[in-house]
This record gives sequence, structure tokens and C-alpha cells, in this order.
Amino acid sequence: MRVVVVGHGPTGHRLVEALRSRDGGGACRITVIGEETRPAYDRVALTSYLTEDADLAYPPHDGEVEMVTGDPVAGIDRAARTVRTASGREVGYDALVLATGSAPFVPPVPGRDLPGVFVYRTIEDLDALRDHCRNLTMSRQSVEGIVVGGGLLGLEAARALQNLDVETHVVEVAPWLMPRQLDEGGGAMLRRHIEALGMNVHAGTPMAGLEPGADGAVARVALADGSAVEAGVVVFSAGVRPRDELARACGLEVGERGGIVVDASCRTSDPAVWAVGECALVGGQVYGLVAPCFSMAEVVADRLLALAGGGDSAARFEGADLSTKLKLMGVDVASFGDPFAGPEQGALDVTYTDPVAGVYKRLVVSDDARTLLGGVLVGDASSYPTLRAFIGAELPGSPEQALFGGTEAAGGDLPGATVICSCNNVSAEHIRCAIRDEGLTELAAVKGCTRAGSTCGSCTPLVKKLLDAELTAAGVEVSKALCEHFEHSRAELFDVVRVTGITTFTQLIDAHGRGRGCDICKPVVASILASLGNGHILEGEQAALQDTNDHFLANMQKNGTYSVVPRIPGGEITPEKLIVIGEVARDHGLYTKITGGQRIDLFGARVEELPEIWRRLVEAGFESGHAYGKSLRTVKSCVGSTWCRYGVQDSVAMAIRLELRYRGLRAPHKLKSAVSGCARECAEAQSKDFGIIATEQGWNLYLAGNGGMRPRHADLFASDLSDAELVRYIDRFLMFYIRTADRLQRTASWLEALDGGLDYLREVIVEDRLGLCAELDAAMERHVASYSDEWRATLDDPDKLRRFVSFVNAPDVPDPSIAFEPERDQIKPVLVAGPRLEVAAR
Amino acid sequence: MTAELTAEPSAPPETAMTAGQPATPSRWHAVCRYGDLTPERGACAIVEGAQVAIFRTFDGALHAVGNLDPFSGAQVISRGIQGTRGGAPVVASPMYKDVFDLRTGRCADDPAVALPVYAIRRAAGDRVEVAVPDGHRQ
Ligand SMILES: Cc1cc2nc3c(=O)[nH]c(=O)nc-3n(C[C@H](O)[C@H](O)[C@H](O)COP(=O)(O)OP(=O)(O)OC[C@H]3O[C@@H](n4cnc5c(N)ncnc54)[C@H](O)[C@@H]3O)c2cc1C
Repeated sequence: MRVVVVGHGPTGHRLVEALRSRDGGGACRITVIGEETRPAYDRVALTSYLTEDADLAYPPHDGEVEMVTGDPVAGIDRAARTVRTASGREVGYDALVLATGSAPFVPPVPGRDLPGVFVYRTIEDLDALRDHCRNLTMSRQSVEGIVVGGGLLGLEAARALQNLDVETHVVEVAPWLMPRQLDEGGGAMLRRHIEALGMNVHAGTPMAGLEPGADGAVARVALADGSAVEAGVVVFSAGVRPRDELARACGLEVGERGGIVVDASCRTSDPAVWAVGECALVGGQVYGLVAPCFSMAEVVADRLLALAGGGDSAARFEGADLSTKLKLMGVDVASFGDPFAGPEQGALDVTYTDPVAGVYKRLVVSDDARTLLGGVLVGDASSYPTLRAFIGAELPGSPEQALFGGTEAAGGDLPGATVICSCNNVSAEHIRCAIRDEGLTELAAVKGCTRAGSTCGSCTPLVKKLLDAELTAAGVEVSKALCEHFEHSRAELFDVVRVTGITTFTQLIDAHGRGRGCDICKPVVASILASLGNGHILEGEQAALQDTNDHFLANMQKNGTYSVVPRIPGGEITPEKLIVIGEVARDHGLYTKITGGQRIDLFGARVEELPEIWRRLVEAGFESGHAYGKSLRTVKSCVGSTWCRYGVQDSVAMAIRLELRYRGLRAPHKLKSAVSGCARECAEAQSKDFGIIATEQGWNLYLAGNGGMRPRHADLFASDLSDAELVRYIDRFLMFYIRTADRLQRTASWLEALDGGLDYLREVIVEDRLGLCAELDAAMERHVASYSDEWRATLDDPDKLRRFVSFVNAPDVPDPSIAFEPERDQIKPVLVAGPRLEVAAR
Repeated sequence: MTAELTAEPSAPPETAMTAGQPATPSRWHAVCRYGDLTPERGACAIVEGAQVAIFRTFDGALHAVGNLDPFSGAQVISRGIQGTRGGAPVVASPMYKDVFDLRTGRCADDPAVALPVYAIRRAAGDRVEVAVPDGHRQ
């Protein structure tokens, strides 16, 4: 059977993949004809092409599939069963599938064709938009831009525009943002979040027209209320229209407001022609989300294979879950089920608003308050995956519990039919079976095997819970034991040390462990002892517990030399101090590099050189930067309101204050922080363990962000805090984390694993639900009061200095194995020996 | 090999091993005082050109192995954390955390790899002495 697919977007791609994966006998000969110059790519992730240069390409089809790109189909001859492309190519079909998607809708306003006006749909659109913005930002002091449309895509485009250094306005005709997903309360809360990101929102204001400037490109947008906004760039994101022009031209039935009419098997009025994805009108509705599009593709794949094999298929498209989540860094918005059901539909709603934290939640339940019908989450959507899984099902507790504890209930007891991953239509039962039958133990393997969580990723936490529940049930107990020497988790050991008042490793392992420890438990205990205020980390027995970096108060590099990082609080440094760093580096022949944390790293110091390097730095007023420790690294800052035209608070002063407060604080893992002086977020605070962004009224505190291997944006914990409130919350957050986290657990995964998540953390830190705050505050005060510079303390102690030699029997001999060669006017290490794996005798 | 806590001078040991080769008899070298060694923390000595990592374990025993981490090629074994694994005294290289048995030099996770093991003893006057076989002099 000859199958021709018109359109190679996500839906067309999925259709072909589904056909190929189930068509072992090669019953279908497939030709795909696409209009875009490249094969299908992940349009859902389009924005990451701009912001992260992501490669969006889908895996290519196998060689059996004939691919045509950059040559749109121009006409269909249904009688002859052929399609003709713009370049004149003719291809015959037995079954034709239209997967032509949709096109952005640009309202017919004057000036819509001016240069500088864009849509946001394809990679080419984004390239053009980026080039235009680059040209503007290079030639102008500041560039303003407008996104027309305050829906899901509009907000995503607006944030991307902001990323291109454009002062961004969002114009929405409806009275509030995301009107298709949010009610008025949710829309109002979302507006605050969007404005906190530094965007301007004009809601309830239709646009009158676009006006050109002297260069002929768009310069201004006039609004219907008589006002105008300057704009060198305009992006239309005012909805999409199905691309049904081919179907129309060949006489297929189309809907009144567009869309190719199909039945539940996705067949058009011509039995040889099918339509799937955003171009299809099924059950009177056009779907603008990728999950239902994929379902349609699966249905048609099933039907076509049955036809080709002479069999039968009952696959039907049964409608879809329209739950959505806004993919906008730092703004949690989700709507699921039917958030607009009201008393007429026999529905009740439970609403919760926390204006301080910027949280709005609304659940819609049946009138007996038992069945979840839908809801809206703004400001904190952590319970979205669970709640969405419960749509139409009976809630495990009261709606209030579901509102707050959202995620706790889920996991093991979700009904098997519950769809966990709506992008790929994977049920809880499917995931459980895969785990059991394939013996899966890793999340990545579950994703790979079931596809759950592999598209938008929002259900990943839920997939993880299912996995954990299955593993526990199968008796694959995930041991909490730290190592062979302690049965305890780090948090348990912390409590043991705190409660018993034990002050040495020997006491601890004698009473609570076995053996003599290892490179896992020793540093953990060292860190716990340090967190509980037990003096210098190289004092007495503690010295033997430290990892080499802590032991030498510097960072070991690949050739066994160390790097030295003096603290430069907030990244602020005087010319005099810079000169001293330069002189030290020059005199010791060190390689120098500016770090990501706004300080300077000096590489290539031999052990015996360290004390002299520190002495000179300490004399110039520097102290240890703790780059070697599982402790606070830096508090990065932008230049703030003192110098910056846009700054609203003094971010440098706050960064210095915080860095000096938390310096030397030992934690389960390193801690990073940043303070931004305005919502432009130049300090990248949202990627930090604790990040602070200035507002007109004070500070917004973001917690548990992470760069590194698995980046995570920090969650907004509290808004508009005073200096004192800010410091108090950070104090408690850090101390609570230090007490309860696992070994090498960054704040991001700690928070993700914390039962009750961010809400629970707020209860602990703000409302003092555990009655722990006084203790946490006191612990931090002790830390602040007892801080002293580890470098200076070492220099002052001849006993500690003794260890800084390469050879005990030849203290003046430098290690002859250390060698360097020049590169770009600095040194680079050469390993004389090179890795040498000796084979032992059997 | 296990530590020798004898104080009397004796003939150079036959037991110094490297990669299973019997060592050529050698000469004892005093490297430091026993009291200079921090329990469970290494030190490095340079003996006839060879870098030797020396450990004093919690129970007072002495061990000497090569300082070169075979996995990274850096001379760093003496700066690793010392502890036990299944009762055996071990050191974890500070570079990539590979664990070596101090008695045999063998890598606990990759038995095909081993550090050379040297003879070490606590001699008269609280001296710590090490012997390096001929093949290891540099
Ligand atoms: C920025 C952005 C973010 C999004 N985020 C989300 C999200 O978070 N979640 C979500 O569910 N959805 C999201 N979407 C929507 C999602 O991308 C669409 O649902 C999906 O792309 C639909 O796939 P499709 O293949 O049906 O249509 P399309 O992606 O539009 O693909 C149709 C293809 O057919 C081609 N074509 C059209 N006419 C012809 C012709 N005559 N001949 C040959 N080829 C033709 C088009 O050029 C196009 O390549 C987002 C969309 C955008 C633009």
C-alpha cells in the first residue's frame, strides 16, 4: 500500500515512526512530503532553540521511508489519487494522510506586514527574529518589543524576546493573561509573576495598528485605548488556524471555522484521505497541543496497518486531556481537566490564595467534593502531575489535602488506567508492567522503555514515584546506609551527633558504626562536626577525616597540584587587591582564570607553596574562599542600583552581606548563591541554591536552583521580603538543609525529595510548623559568631603547617614529577608519568 | 605486607613486592619519626628517587605503597583518605577515589591494578624506615 504523508511536523513524524515500528512485513510504502526545508523537529521545545541553542531534530526515519523536504504539496487529485508538489513532482497514493498542522493567526490590523513583525512557529521564524533583535540591540541603547497575545505561546515568546535583551510588552485582548486556561484570580496572580520578571502587561486592550518609523520598519503599536507603545519588534502569537487549504481546494469537508473534518478514526469525507494533528477537526474540535496530535497519529497508524494487512482496527480518537503547563522559567502555571466547570455542571471549587508567596490554586470538584474535575495552579505547580493524574477519579482525601499535599498521595495507589504521560498516552499500569517485566530499576530506563516523560517531562516525578513504589514492593530496598561503616543516612548521623554531643569520629564509629571508616563516611562526619561548631577542620583527629581538598585547604587538580581561590565577596574587588593577586600568581608562576562565581582561581601550586601564597594573600586582606569545601562558595551579584540604570536595590551590598554571613558554613554539598538587582536577573540567581532578586518593595527569594549536570530553576519561596526577613529565611533554609539532607545531595534534589515540597518548606521556615525555628536561628548565630579564616588559622599554627611539604624526608625538595609547559602565555600541566596501569601477578 | 614494629636493625627484607616480582634486596632508609605521622593520614617520602606513600593506621601499624596513582598518573596516593574495607586497611586515591589495599597494593575494584608495596618498619629511636628494591630506584 502506498502511503503519502503531507506535512512533516511532530504529528507527521510520529505517524511514520508508529507505522515503521509496527510494520515488520513492510506492508506500507511511505512517502513524506514536507514544506519546511528540514525534517521534523520538536516544535514544543522551539524556544530552547533560541535560549539554549538546542538541537531540536527528531531522530531520522529509517531508509525505507522516502523523504521530500522543502517542496510543499500544491494540489491533490482525489480521482487520480495523486498529489502534486510545488516543484511539479507527482506522487500516487492508496492512502493519503494530511498532517499539515496550523499556521499562526495574524489579525488583520494595519501595518501587520511591516519589517520587524514576526510570528513564532518555525526555526526560520526564530532565526529571523533573533537576527532582527541583534541588529536592533547593536545599534540602539535600548530596544522595546511587543508580543501580541498573552496565552501559553505568547508568554513563552515574550520571555524569549526578553532573553534577546528586548524590553518586552505583552498585549492581550482578554481582560487577563492565559484566558483559555486561567480564571480571573489565576490570571491576576500570573500577571504579578510576569511583571516580576520585568515584562509589561497590557491586558484588556485590543490593538489598533502598527506604525512604521523613518526607516520603514515597525516603530510603534497603537492600542485601542488611545495609548501607544514604542516597539522595534513585534511578535504575533494570537492563536493558530488549521492549515486546511489543500483539503478545501480538493473539495474535502472543512469546518466552519477551519479544520479538516474527520471522524473518530481520523478519516475525512474521502475514505482514502485521513487528517491528523492540528489541521484536523475531530468531534467538532481542533486540538492545539501535541499530545492529542500524537494520539491521532497512533490511531491512523493502527488503521492503515490494518488496511494494508487486510485486517480490521477499532482504534478511535476519544478526545483528550487538555491539561497544560506553562514552560516559563520561574513561573509555575498549570491548568488541568476542566478548570471552568461551575455550579451549572454540578461542580464546586476550592480556592487558595497566598499573595505573599504569589500562589493561587483552585480545584474544581464534583458537588460531593470527591471527584476531581479540574483546576488551576499559579505560582506553585508542584502538585500538577499528581493532580492531573487524578482527573475524573476519586480524590484520596479532602480537596484541601489535595490542594496542599498534592504529591504525597500519589505513586503506588494510582488507578492502573490513569494516564500518567499524556504526551505519549502511557498509563500507570503500562509503566508498572514495564518495570516488573523488564526488571527496570532506573528512571532513564523506564522513560526509554515506555516513552513516559520523554516529551514534555512534566510527569517525570510521577514516573519516579511509580518506579520507587514498584521497587519497594519488589523488595529492592534502597538502602539508606551511608557506607559499610554506618547503617545511618547522613541526616540520621547528624541527629546522632547533635543529640549525643559526640565530638570525634572515633567516638562516633565506636558507638554507632564499625571498622575505621572510609572516604565516604569520614568527610561526611567531618562536615557534620564542622556544621555543629567543632573548631578548625584541621584540628586534632578531624584532620584525618578530610578529603584532600579540605585537608590542604585548596583544590587538587589533575597533576596533583592545587588551585587557590581567595574570597572576593559579591565579586567586588579593589584595584590594589587585584594587583596583589596578580603579583602572587606571577611570582609563583600560577595559571590564572576567572571563575563563574566572580572570583579568580590560581592554578598549579605545589603543596609546599600553599602557605606562602596564603600568607601574601592574607596580608593583603584576603581570606579563604572555601572553593575546596562542601560549603558556601560565592554569592554572585550584578552591579545593582548603585550604578545600573535599571537596578532597584543594592544587590552588591546584599551579596557581600550574605557571603560574609555564610562563609565557611559546612554543608552536605557546595552551596551557591546570587543576588540580582532587578528582574533582568543578570546574576542568574534562579540557578542557585538560594537566589535573590530585587523588587521595588524588597527581595524575592528563590530556593533550590541548580546549574551543573541536571539544571533546575529555583522555586520562588517568598516575595517582597525586607532585608531582615530575607536573611532569617535563608538562615533557616540552610540550617534545615544541613540537618536533613543526604550526603552530596544538593538543595535541588533535597527539595524534590522533601515530602510536601516547597509548601512544606514554607510551613517549616515561615510558620514554624515543627517548632524548630529558634534552634535553626541559634545554630546559624553560632556559626556566624565562631567563623574564622581557615588559612590564617593554619598559618598561625606550626603544627598544622608541617603537613605542607611534598616529602616528609626532604621538606625542601619540590615534587620532581610535577612539570608544566606553556600555553597561551601561561602554564599547563604535563603528566610526566601518565596513567600507568600495572598488572598485578595472579 | 603488614607492618613490622620491630626496633632491632635487621637485614633488608625479602618481602618488598611490586607487581608480584620478588624484590631485589635493598637498604633501609630512615624517612621520618613515627610521631610525625598523623594516624590515618598519609605522608610521602622520596627514597632513592621513588615516591613512597606512608601510612600509620589507627591500630599503629605502618604501610608503604607507591605514591603514583595508576589511574591518573599523578603522585597523590599519600593524600588519600585512609580507612578500612571489610576489615582490610585501605586508602582511597584522592583523584578518582579508587581504593587500594595497603597490605597488597591491589585496587579493590580492579584487581588487575596494583600499587607497588614497600617494606616499612619502626626502628630504633622511633625512626620510620623504608626499603626500596633496585627496580624502583629512579
Ligand atoms: C513555541 C511553541 C511552543 C509550544 N509548546 C507546546 C507545549 O508546551 N505543549 C504542547 O502540547 N504543545 C505545544 N506547542 C504546540 C505543538 O507544537 C503543536 O501541537 C504541534 O507542533 C502540532 O504538530 P503538527 O505536526 O500537527 O503540526 P505542525 O507542527 O504545524 O507541523 C505541520 C507541518 O506540515 C507542514 N505543511 C503544511 N502544509 C503543507 C503542505 N501543503 N505540504 C507539505 N507540508 C506542509 C508545515 O510546514 C509543518 O512543517 C507549541 C508550539 C509552539 C509554536
